[in-house]
Amino acid sequence: MSGLKTNNRVIKWFDHRLPVFSYVNEHLVDYPAPRNLNYMWNFGSLAGIALVIMIATGLLLAMQYTPHVDHAFDSVERIMRDVNFGWLIRYIHMNGASFFFIVVYLHMFRGLYYGSYKAPREILWGLGVIILLLMMGTAFMGYVLPWGQMSYWGATVITNLFSAIPLVGDSIVSWLWGGFSVDNPTLNRFFGLHYLLPFVIAAVVFLHLWALHRFGSNNPLGIDAKGPQDKIPFHPYYTVKDMFGLGIFLILFALFIFYAPNYMGHPDNYIEADPLVTPAHIVPEWYFLPFYAMLRAITFDISIPFTGIVLIDAKLGGVLTMFGSILLLFFLPWLDSSPVRSSRFRPLHKQFFWVLVVACLVLGYVGAKPPEQPWVTIGQIATAYYFAHFLIILPLLGRLERPKPLPASISDPVLKSDGSGASQAKPMEKA
Amino acid sequence: MADSANAGQGGAGHDDEGTSRRDFLYLAVGAVGAVGAASAVWPLIDSLNPAADIRALATSRVDLSPIEEGQAITITWQGKPVFIRHRTAEEIETAEEVPLDDLIDPEPDAERVIEPQWLVMVGICTHLGCIPLGQSSSDPKGDFGGWFCPCHGSHYDTSGRIRKGPAPRNLDVPTYEFADDTTIVIG
Repeated sequence: MSGLKTNNRVIKWFDHRLPVFSYVNEHLVDYPAPRNLNYMWNFGSLAGIALVIMIATGLLLAMQYTPHVDHAFDSVERIMRDVNFGWLIRYIHMNGASFFFIVVYLHMFRGLYYGSYKAPREILWGLGVIILLLMMGTAFMGYVLPWGQMSYWGATVITNLFSAIPLVGDSIVSWLWGGFSVDNPTLNRFFGLHYLLPFVIAAVVFLHLWALHRFGSNNPLGIDAKGPQDKIPFHPYYTVKDMFGLGIFLILFALFIFYAPNYMGHPDNYIEADPLVTPAHIVPEWYFLPFYAMLRAITFDISIPFTGIVLIDAKLGGVLTMFGSILLLFFLPWLDSSPVRSSRFRPLHKQFFWVLVVACLVLGYVGAKPPEQPWVTIGQIATAYYFAHFLIILPLLGRLERPKPLPASISDPVLKSDGSGASQAKPMEKA
Repeated sequence: MADSANAGQGGAGHDDEGTSRRDFLYLAVGAVGAVGAASAVWPLIDSLNPAADIRALATSRVDLSPIEEGQAITITWQGKPVFIRHRTAEEIETAEEVPLDDLIDPEPDAERVIEPQWLVMVGICTHLGCIPLGQSSSDPKGDFGGWFCPCHGSHYDTSGRIRKGPAPRNLDVPTYEFADDTTIVIG
């Protein structure tokens, strides 16, 4: 029933009853992948490995951590000072969150550039957006657990976002807190959810891979494989490529863990939470900065002109903008109406893609700044571009842009560029 | 559609539009099931709301007599900071003189106090819940001599009303009453 080749009778016996070996063979060994995948296709597997690292270190930390407002901060310090290799496990977990987001963001921009979200991969893309949302929730709640000043005030600011909801906002916030402020019930439930959500992420990752393997990976040319000649087996070609990428990833990861473990953190979080003192600058972790900038970009009420009736006040506007920036991504496959996937053949989209990258980086920079001029205006311009990119530019490009001619097949451009003369080059199997 | 389906099942009663008693039963059972599931889920959701021990700590008594004029103290009530300021005559006058048209959240000073010299407010910025500065004499008090929230730059005046910045509302005044001339009960 499958391509599993083995002489081991135990494996055959087991596989006949529960075909896990066939399954692994089908999806990780024989799995046909486009032959032209470049290194931008490494970040999916890196994200998967990051998730495994986070779950493994998180499990060990949970065995040493006390989720109580009186003990949480001290139990984390105990992990750092007294628990054998506790410092290492915690620094891996702390920096692992950042590296998880780095690879996921690169993975997403890869998808944006090469049009990986287009038919028939809309569900695959949507599942990815769900994973991003789950990751953001998990990371936010995990950051609260050490119960430092940034933990406490980050939790206060973010949970207060829900008070912007008309009528029921305050009841929802009180429900989220389990009290009248961020306190012990909040810490307890955040710990419970922080433990649960990674397993939900793992489940959605499974669906993500299921959807991926339905039609196979997109590729840098963005065209469909014409037949077996356009594909190579995942093992050994992409297992070795992924392993090489993993080596690079782990070197960079280790540099941070051993030489700059707190570089991406905030010193204020080594001060125990104090409900009566707000730190001078509440700044989220770097991976939330672009969204934080969008939250703060809406400094004006939205009213019906000339009546003074406020439809959406600045606070609700900021919250809607921030959540909207992610929800928007669910609709991307339908907003981008161009039938061509890869930006290699979309001269205009390629340029606007890089403008979007710059806008996101600017938003990240503005998010770290205090809410003063000129940062407010710069943040507003970048926020406007972010939304315009998806809601105006992409739909228009689909109509106005003239794409470059697509190659006949995935192997075609490879064969033409092989050697000096295209006419002399014989069709050949590469490697 | 229903005709052919029902024909094979011995013809359950159905009318001309193709809806059958079975469809009605499906809907009715579904509706009852949904209501049942919702009422079973409610205790689970409600368990996350503030528990009885937390609700029991709902009031705080504060002795005002040691607070000198011009001084302010912060106490906790329901885990939240409450600002109590013994306002000077000048501060009261400034607060009362502001025309309501100048305010983002129009509210006369008189409606925010019981005794004009005692301003009692929840010390939480109505924007995103930071604690505004302005309680100690060395704190920045913002452009209007009251409080300044360092998180996102909201300025409050000597009545705790929002004057500038992203906060949508004035600082909240908790329910409180004077137990005697120098003691208040908050909550």
